Amino acid sequence: MILSILAAIPIAGALLLALLPRGRGGHLPAKAIALSVSLVTLAVSFVVLARFDVGDGGYQLTSTHEWIAAFGAHYAVGVNGIALTLVLLTTILAPIVILASFDDRLPDPRGTNAYLAWMLAVEGLAIGAFTATDAFLFYVLFEATLIPLYFLIGTFGGPTTTPGGRSYAAVKFLIYNLVGGLLMLAAIVGLYVVSSRQGDASYLLTDLTDLDMSRTTERLLFCGFMAAFAIKAPLWPLHTWLPDAAAQSTPGTSVLMVSVVDKIGTFGMITWCLNLFPEAADWASPVIMTLAVVSIVYGALLAIGQDDIRRLIAFTSVSHFGFIILGIFAFTSTSMAGSTLYMFNHGLSTAALFIVTGIMVSRRGSARISDFGGVQKIAPILSGVLLLAGLSSLSLPGLAPFVSEFLVLAGTFTVSIPAAAVATLGIVLAALYILIMYQRTMTGPLDPGSAGVTDLEPREIAALTPAIMLIIGLGFFPQPVLNAINPAIDTVVSHIGKGDPAPRTPTLITEHSKDVPTDEEGGH
Amino acid sequence: MITTFISAELPPIDAPTIEYSLLGPLFIVTGVAVLGVLVEAFWPRASRFVVQAVLAVVGIVAALADTVWVYTDLDRIDAPLQARGQVAGEGALTVDGPGVFTWGILLVFGLMSMLLFAERRLEGGLSAFTGRAADAPGSSAEAQAVQLRVEHTEVFPLALFALVGMMLFATSNDLLTMFVALEVLSLPLYLLCALARRRRLLSQEAALKYFLLGAFSSVFFLYGIALAYGYSGSFELSAIDTAVTNRTGGENMLLASIALMAVGLLFKIGAAPFHTWTPDVYQGAPTPVTAFMAAGTKAAAFLALLRVFYVGFGGSQWDWRPTIVAIAIITMFLGAVVSISQTDVKRMLAYSSIAHAGFLLVGFVGVYAGVAGSDRITSVSSVLFYLAVYGLSSIGAFAVVTLVRDSGGETTHLSKWAGLGRTSPLLAGSFAIFMLSFAGIPLTGGFIGKWGVFSAAYAGGFWWLVVIGVMISALAAYFYVRVIVLMFFTDPVGDGPTVAVPSVLTTVVIVVAVVGTVGLGIIPGPVLDLAQHAGAFVR
Repeated sequence: MILSILAAIPIAGALLLALLPRGRGGHLPAKAIALSVSLVTLAVSFVVLARFDVGDGGYQLTSTHEWIAAFGAHYAVGVNGIALTLVLLTTILAPIVILASFDDRLPDPRGTNAYLAWMLAVEGLAIGAFTATDAFLFYVLFEATLIPLYFLIGTFGGPTTTPGGRSYAAVKFLIYNLVGGLLMLAAIVGLYVVSSRQGDASYLLTDLTDLDMSRTTERLLFCGFMAAFAIKAPLWPLHTWLPDAAAQSTPGTSVLMVSVVDKIGTFGMITWCLNLFPEAADWASPVIMTLAVVSIVYGALLAIGQDDIRRLIAFTSVSHFGFIILGIFAFTSTSMAGSTLYMFNHGLSTAALFIVTGIMVSRRGSARISDFGGVQKIAPILSGVLLLAGLSSLSLPGLAPFVSEFLVLAGTFTVSIPAAAVATLGIVLAALYILIMYQRTMTGPLDPGSAGVTDLEPREIAALTPAIMLIIGLGFFPQPVLNAINPAIDTVVSHIGKGDPAPRTPTLITEHSKDVPTDEEGGH
Repeated sequence: MITTFISAELPPIDAPTIEYSLLGPLFIVTGVAVLGVLVEAFWPRASRFVVQAVLAVVGIVAALADTVWVYTDLDRIDAPLQARGQVAGEGALTVDGPGVFTWGILLVFGLMSMLLFAERRLEGGLSAFTGRAADAPGSSAEAQAVQLRVEHTEVFPLALFALVGMMLFATSNDLLTMFVALEVLSLPLYLLCALARRRRLLSQEAALKYFLLGAFSSVFFLYGIALAYGYSGSFELSAIDTAVTNRTGGENMLLASIALMAVGLLFKIGAAPFHTWTPDVYQGAPTPVTAFMAAGTKAAAFLALLRVFYVGFGGSQWDWRPTIVAIAIITMFLGAVVSISQTDVKRMLAYSSIAHAGFLLVGFVGVYAGVAGSDRITSVSSVLFYLAVYGLSSIGAFAVVTLVRDSGGETTHLSKWAGLGRTSPLLAGSFAIFMLSFAGIPLTGGFIGKWGVFSAAYAGGFWWLVVIGVMISALAAYFYVRVIVLMFFTDPVGDGPTVAVPSVLTTVVIVVAVVGTVGLGIIPGPVLDLAQHAGAFVR
């Protein structure tokens, strides 16, 4: 029940904003409503957290109602540690994004109500997708997130509608994701047919995990699901919609798109692909791990070459999503826990990056790195925040993404040394793309055109502070999140039947050191 | 004394048994149509339009109520497959679950169309139909007709006759009845197409094209009927089924009969390569008539197609399925690709209707009848649901088209629609919802409909056709999305379009269509169950 309320609050807020008469008395009422709705949602998500039993790996706070009897579809929601982490990411980012987006210059200045309403709609639909435990419900919400994002990019994005402008980016975004979504639809239909052959059709996750299918069917259905998630995540070579969409979006839209909605893709891989098609996932893992490694290196290399800051961040995300997918398909509990934590941390660090660079871009009137220079001198707080967000993106130890990236690599090393070795290159390249960008924009002599870049206002600082605090806090103390994630990950890993590979040396050690006190084994 | 003598000489003649209560909706609509003709003859001209409109609406509502009653009262049949209904009218008709469901949606479509027919605020107090069809376009007589404010009020009885034809077509059990129904539904539509108030030449051209091609296809259909009779010795579908299953006659005659009847039926649903009439007729006909045709004809003809091929030719499904698969792919692909290059809204919607005929054929070709005792989506139920959603969204979309106008009447050129979302967000939003439903985006009825037909095809063994279907859906989504881009993301050109303020009639139609489209996407249960419990065809 509480999960339904959690998803319903932002949706109701969006409807309220849509019905609000626009433009009268400034946009203050709309902004106040949007911010308070997102804060209420955040508060309710903390109630969910309080009611959640961290030690349990199964789904909690579940509720199930029949929805479309003929399809076997249910309105079924529930959270495990993985879902809860991502729900919290969504509810934490929503107020940050809304507060940071207050003064966005929109192509249609009367559109503030619609802008904030679509944002709340994204929040509600994403929460719904993370908590759905019915494949049909998940699919509907997964696809439905496209509509608000499409309008956010197309109506409120970049200044032009000419070829290459915002409507082009919006259509490209929609068509790419729709192709993946429709392939998934074919697989969803296939699941129904397979499930109805074994009695009453059901889309419940619990029923689908026990489904018997032929090897070919399982592989085909897996490919259908994976196509949608790989485009959404995005995995090389299906990533090309993301840089265009990010370059034409407002910073707020980019955060919602990359930090929240794209996570549904990687979340779907764990929750749906691995649970429903464990054997097919194992069969496909060499290919997917290869693509993930290519993503890591390719995204990083292209990020280095970008002159548009927003495209640069988009490519760094391609690289980071490569890490997340690599960790998932390495099938070790370490790497999968790392991937889940990475989803959370990447959401925070990318949100901070998009927002702070968005502020820079709107004040300079250009997104080109070459148009900036020496901004540090006139906007010290801004440049400090950019440096911190950038360092978190390159996984500096002490900041949150480092822990997750380390876990992913550590887990991957036990499965595939070449994959992990090449992936490690990504960390080196990350230092390049972030530091070169920082150096060119912030240091050196002040660029005359950048003289108008003023420092952060209190409102912007207020929006960025929670994200920065979490990035630092989780960098030193990630254990609370990992405690919530690990039981759920163990359930998934045991379902795949892979388990962690047996350590190669400890047998010898235990043979020789039976007398050694056991507390030595605890260290990593 | 004399009577006894005659009865002794002649064999006894039984009066035919007609199940009047079962056929009530047909009688009501026919009766009201005939009454409309009498009104046309005797009622004073000044108030005739209103009387005709009220009569048509009341008649359809009464028939709809009777249809609900008939549906709940149908006999249940449990074996071999779950079905309901019976053969009626001495074997001429089959009043069964799918047939009565189709009556229901046809009457709803008819009702919504009548409301659009009756809209008179958009043309300054005159209807969307020409005042005097006999006048040459652009002549002084025509101008005089406008000045005298004469109107063709026959449009209401004509539409009702077409409606009866559609209802008969969907429930014919006998190929001759089916042919008569085909003509009853077509002839009034040919006339209605020619009656547009604006762009008269285009309208007359559309009517002539529709008439010539329609007559041509009817002849194909008739020849097919003749060959089916030659093969099986009967016009009744169940007798033809027996002959086909037992393979009593020559194979060639059967195949020729199937092919010729398919041509006639595929023409009516607008499937490629028999689709060429669709864009011209949709564009030229008065928009309310286009709405009526797009929703009604497609539903009725699809039911007839299903009935002929499932009941009559079901025994030779392995002969016709490969061809229909090919036609489905061509139809989807052609409809989706060609509509991308359209610049006229009505032509674009016409090609979209062709693409949807293709998606419906995907569900049709699955020939999935379900399993006894289970509650699965079958080919019949998925097609019924799709037709309901598609018809509702289509009528809504055409209703929106009637409102976007300039001095020359409706502005159907797409470039004039640029920026509509800025000036009238509600209207553009409604149209966007219809487009999203056509594209099959979740939370709209179109998505559930697509899910249904794809699942029927998948269950029938055509998983690869489903994959082709979803890829073409993505292609088709491109042009629906293009319209949304134009309305919402593009700046208006010049003065932009003016949106006429309609009377309550058109408003009601658009609101009902929006609510229905979204409602069927979120809570499809009730209508889906209705389609589901309609069961199989009764033979």
